[in-house]
Amino acid sequence: MSLPLLLGLPVILLAVGIHAVTTSRRSHRSHWIYGATLIVCVIALGLALASLLMDPTPATLTLPLGLPWLGAHFRLDALAAFFLVVVNLGGAVASLFALGYGQHESAPGRVLPFFPAFLAGMNLVLLADDAFTFLFAWEFMSLSSWALVMAHHQEPANSRAGYLYLVMACFGTLALLLAFGLLAGSDGAYDFAAIRAGQATPGLAALALVLALIGAGSKAGLVPLHVWLPLAHPAAPSHVSALMSGVMTKVAVYGFVRIVFDLLGEPVAWWWGGLVLALGGVTAVLGVLYALMQHDLKRLLAYHTVENIGIIFIGLGLALAFQANQMYTSAALALTAALFHILNHSLFKSLLFLGAGAVLTATGERDMERLGGLIHPMPWTALAFLLGAAAISALPPLNGFVSEWLTFQAILLSPELPQWLLKFLAPAVGALLALSAALAAACFVKAFGITFLGRPRSPAAAQAQETDRYSLWALFILAGLCLLAGILPGLVVDSLAPVVGLLNGSARLVTQHDQPWLTLVPVADVKSSYNGLLVLLFMAFSGAVAAFLIHRLASSAVRRGPAWDCGFPEASPTTQYTAGSFAQPIRRVFGSVVFQARERVMMPPPGDLRPARFEVKLRDPIWEHGYAPIANAVVAASSRFNYLQYLTIRHYLSLVFGALVILLLGMALWR
Amino acid sequence: MHGLAFDIAHLLAGGMVVVSFLLLYQVRLFALINVFALHSLVLVLAVGWQATIQEAHHLYVTAGIALIFKAILIPTALHRIVRRLGIHRTLEVVGGVGLNMLAGAALVALAILVMLPVTTTADVLAREDLAFALAVVLLGLWLMVIRHNAVSLVIGFMSLENGLVLAAAGARGMPLAVEISIAFSVLIALIVIGVFLFRIRERFDSVDMQAMDSFREGRRR
Repeated sequence: MSLPLLLGLPVILLAVGIHAVTTSRRSHRSHWIYGATLIVCVIALGLALASLLMDPTPATLTLPLGLPWLGAHFRLDALAAFFLVVVNLGGAVASLFALGYGQHESAPGRVLPFFPAFLAGMNLVLLADDAFTFLFAWEFMSLSSWALVMAHHQEPANSRAGYLYLVMACFGTLALLLAFGLLAGSDGAYDFAAIRAGQATPGLAALALVLALIGAGSKAGLVPLHVWLPLAHPAAPSHVSALMSGVMTKVAVYGFVRIVFDLLGEPVAWWWGGLVLALGGVTAVLGVLYALMQHDLKRLLAYHTVENIGIIFIGLGLALAFQANQMYTSAALALTAALFHILNHSLFKSLLFLGAGAVLTATGERDMERLGGLIHPMPWTALAFLLGAAAISALPPLNGFVSEWLTFQAILLSPELPQWLLKFLAPAVGALLALSAALAAACFVKAFGITFLGRPRSPAAAQAQETDRYSLWALFILAGLCLLAGILPGLVVDSLAPVVGLLNGSARLVTQHDQPWLTLVPVADVKSSYNGLLVLLFMAFSGAVAAFLIHRLASSAVRRGPAWDCGFPEASPTTQYTAGSFAQPIRRVFGSVVFQARERVMMPPPGDLRPARFEVKLRDPIWEHGYAPIANAVVAASSRFNYLQYLTIRHYLSLVFGALVILLLGMALWR
Repeated sequence: MHGLAFDIAHLLAGGMVVVSFLLLYQVRLFALINVFALHSLVLVLAVGWQATIQEAHHLYVTAGIALIFKAILIPTALHRIVRRLGIHRTLEVVGGVGLNMLAGAALVALAILVMLPVTTTADVLAREDLAFALAVVLLGLWLMVIRHNAVSLVIGFMSLENGLVLAAAGARGMPLAVEISIAFSVLIALIVIGVFLFRIRERFDSVDMQAMDSFREGRRR
């Protein structure tokens, strides 16, 4: 029942987008557009939630659209419903935020039409049930988000980001197209039901897995295909950044899950899981290391998206490895962890990007070295951002902790795997995960501390004002959800059960809601359990007792003395700790190897009045060794064949003729 | 009866290939245009015969369109263009006639080699027709490759298009609307090409492609 309704909503979104084009000259239009997207997203969220919780049986629908002999197939099952919840929750909150934030948009005509179209594209990807519709919606999503990235195309960095995004999106879609082509076979059975029914040979299935990993991974930001992501996500307006980072990467993960877990069926070889696991581990650590080197607030957040995608893929890789060995209970745990992290990341990454957007409107700055002290003018934004930072750093009792803890629980089950390589690989990836979690915490101490604490480092930061109430509502809804998912994880795990059952041969985790005291017990009581509510109560209690004791026992007499100046007698804001100085120890430990970080101090000779300068040079190994050679090869090849542009018309005709004759000859001889 | 019908269709389609060969070595432009008119005429007969034996009446319309446009209108227009351009006395060096003939024969062999094994399931008439049509297309393309004069290029293009019509007629015909629109697009192509020929002449004092290339040579890079 809800499938036709859910299909109608993207159509309404498209209509809203077209409406935005036609009315783009009227004032107050952004209220209308964002209000409409908010309402549509809330309805879609409600429908998807109802379908996930009440009736997760698949519903299908075929419309006479698209390819004439295929039609457009749509399907709403538990997996699609869960991702619809993620997408529309993000869409609704971003729309709410944009009700206030959109007022500051300098070029609303370039944002308003594409924002609803982007949401519609993501919704359609999730509902598609044949390869053509899927790829069409996927490209629609890519192109509309590209238009949003290019909204402020006058800045050269943005147009470069847009170009890179377009190239990578085309490349990823090509890989997906090939994957679907392999799966559909020679008789072109492009609807997912036929692909699901047909059994691919192991070699073909493995090739499809690799192609899906490339196609969906390039959209999700899997290292080494992530290069466009930290450039493109921050280039868009902040509510779009939140959607791209928090939601669109999840749609990419959905593509991977749909192909690998659903369409391919059972994994045939154990190395599938190992491959995904290893990529996930590398992505997590490299993502957070890149993030630590960044001082641009939005770009830092974008690199953290790369890290979190790595964490999600660790869970998915473990699930594949367990499934290949018929260990379905363990696979259910790993899948639950991955899906839970998908939800969590969409919550806190949207929250953080929206917070960064609020900071951007208040100060006009993204560079953390020019921010500081914002907790005084923007206390509520600071509180929400702090909650998001704590959640992404996996601190209990927030939601990030739960999903990363579940991932660790799945890793702890890996010694039961029979393959020795996996036995060693999984703990190694676990160590990488632990490292990335710790580094993420360090990174967010930096992000929050430098941005919101201390004193303003620029006049713009000093004159900041609290953001509007729509934005605050959006921030606090997300922060509240982060907290709720953290203290009631059992509820979330139970709602995820139909999805896990769908992907895992109907094996799922034990039902959590009859556990006493809302405890989360993933495997068995004896192993481990977690209770977010108790942790919260303990923290509240111990905090209250500590505050009480301090106030009670400490002396209330006023003392006078010199203020401690940290050894800096001059109290200028420039003497504060900076983002660069905060990151320096980590940069020295990791960056000197990974990024070949080189530091140089330029001390002018005595008598010279120039200030001393400190320079850091970072090199991106993936760009230099992976992408630059390809780009150079393309440039070299095109200049080599440039003379083809100056041929005479007879030469062109001869080329056409020769090509035709050679092809025909090949055809004649082949048979 | 079927035997005779098949033989006549075979004869007409084969006739088009022969006329395509005639096109290859025509040195004078008027002769080339006349042979093209003959080419189109044979096409008209072939399509008309197909219409009779297939009892597909819309093919008569195709034949009529081909007769009016390709056999009468376009040759007349090209005659006028050539006379107005004043190039009716120029001879066009075609290269070795024997060599061209040999290449053409090879192309026909290739067309038959490709088409016959592919279409084993189709009926005999369509198979032969398709093979001949591909041969006409290849010969038309070959004509465009070996000629320098812009008018000859146009003729090559039009004869190539004749081959396409032959293929379509043999394969139970295209929808009529498609044929009419193709006929009109060819006519419009002729008009555009005619306009361009005069523009080119105005600019370069020649419609010889090699002369034009020599102009471009100087502007390269």
